[in-house]
Amino acid sequence: MKPPPFEYHAPGTVEVACELLGSLEDAKVLAGGQSLVPLLNFRLARPAHIVDINRVGGLDRIYERDGGVAVQALARQADVEDSDLVAHACPLLSDAVRLVAHRVIRNRGTVCGSIAHADPASEIPAVLLALGGNVVVRSSRGERTIAADQLFAGVFETALAPDELLVEAWFPAFRGPHAILEESRRHGDFALAGVVRAGERLTLFGVAPTPVMADRADPARGLQPSGDLEATPEFRLHLVRVLADKAFAA
Amino acid sequence: MRVNGVEHPAPRDPRRLLTDHLRHDLGLTGTHVGCEHGVCGCCTVLLDGAPVRSCLMLAVQGEGHDVTTIEGLARDGAPLHPVQQAFHECHGLQCGFCTPGFVLSVVGLLRQHPEPTAQEIEEGIAGNLCRCTGYASIRRAVNRAVELSSPPVGKYPAKPGDVA
Repeated sequence: MKPPPFEYHAPGTVEVACELLGSLEDAKVLAGGQSLVPLLNFRLARPAHIVDINRVGGLDRIYERDGGVAVQALARQADVEDSDLVAHACPLLSDAVRLVAHRVIRNRGTVCGSIAHADPASEIPAVLLALGGNVVVRSSRGERTIAADQLFAGVFETALAPDELLVEAWFPAFRGPHAILEESRRHGDFALAGVVRAGERLTLFGVAPTPVMADRADPARGLQPSGDLEATPEFRLHLVRVLADKAFAA
Repeated sequence: MRVNGVEHPAPRDPRRLLTDHLRHDLGLTGTHVGCEHGVCGCCTVLLDGAPVRSCLMLAVQGEGHDVTTIEGLARDGAPLHPVQQAFHECHGLQCGFCTPGFVLSVVGLLRQHPEPTAQEIEEGIAGNLCRCTGYASIRRAVNRAVELSSPPVGKYPAKPGDVA
């Protein structure tokens, strides 16, 4: 398994990265690579250009902003896991990031990459939605902020335009009752179903094309999860109900 | 890119994975190739001291960084690294295919948690697959490595190319 041929670009600044994304046809951003490189290895993704942002300086900060925590595009999941600021201001994010794969993967993988990749079974998008956070995206046309509830468009799809780079995710500080619970076949695997509780807000992941808000009283209402070798739709609905109950009992 | 303390030029072809670069271009075949999509952990190497999957990195991304493979942990004739010694003593391997990845993951684990709890050990080795041992002897090896790492693994004085 080898990646298909592509042209490789390693810009040193956000501006140059945005210029490349604006001018190249069929370009893909490479940050941690823990989702993109497997897709390349399997040749499920065949972008003409790879824009590797790892050489961009000053894009790996985790800092306090506007009553919350901003996580920049190159902050590794392991850095977020170890961050005292995140643990203090947004412990739900600390809990969530520990459920992402394994430490060795988190040493490379990024929080912003998880969001931009928008895997329906991924924990971090569901946390962003539960907390009502947002992302900052940049292009040569300017900068804009996209709220979490406007961001996730479908399976692996977001509201980002092809020329836009997700430079930062912002999570509001939240120290109220919270939980993230998921069921997976093995530790570190993608969840068959998962729930995030932030106060009275409940989001679900792994049971719809995007993370979704749900009603605590009837969390599985309206859901039509897919079935596969690991779980039937009915089992996923069962998990949603059980996990939501546990999240609010905690 | 510095590999085991020696500077090497990055490969010309950007799609060359770090795994293949290490094995085919540099002859460091101790880095094993299992699944090639980040699941099995056999290809784990240290990047600037932290364990990463070499099958999920392009070799060109290594430029300017320090890579340590299993060959760099203890040179020929030198005493084994404490983690290697512990795997040896505790029979933390049978066929050995997964072992280089386990050893480097455990080096990373002990840097993060010099005295890991049972749960930290479980989580620290959960990203590596072993189909022979059933993991019990690997867990024992991690505990033994803690004993052998005094001072703890991460605290050794660093020499060029020495990851301990």
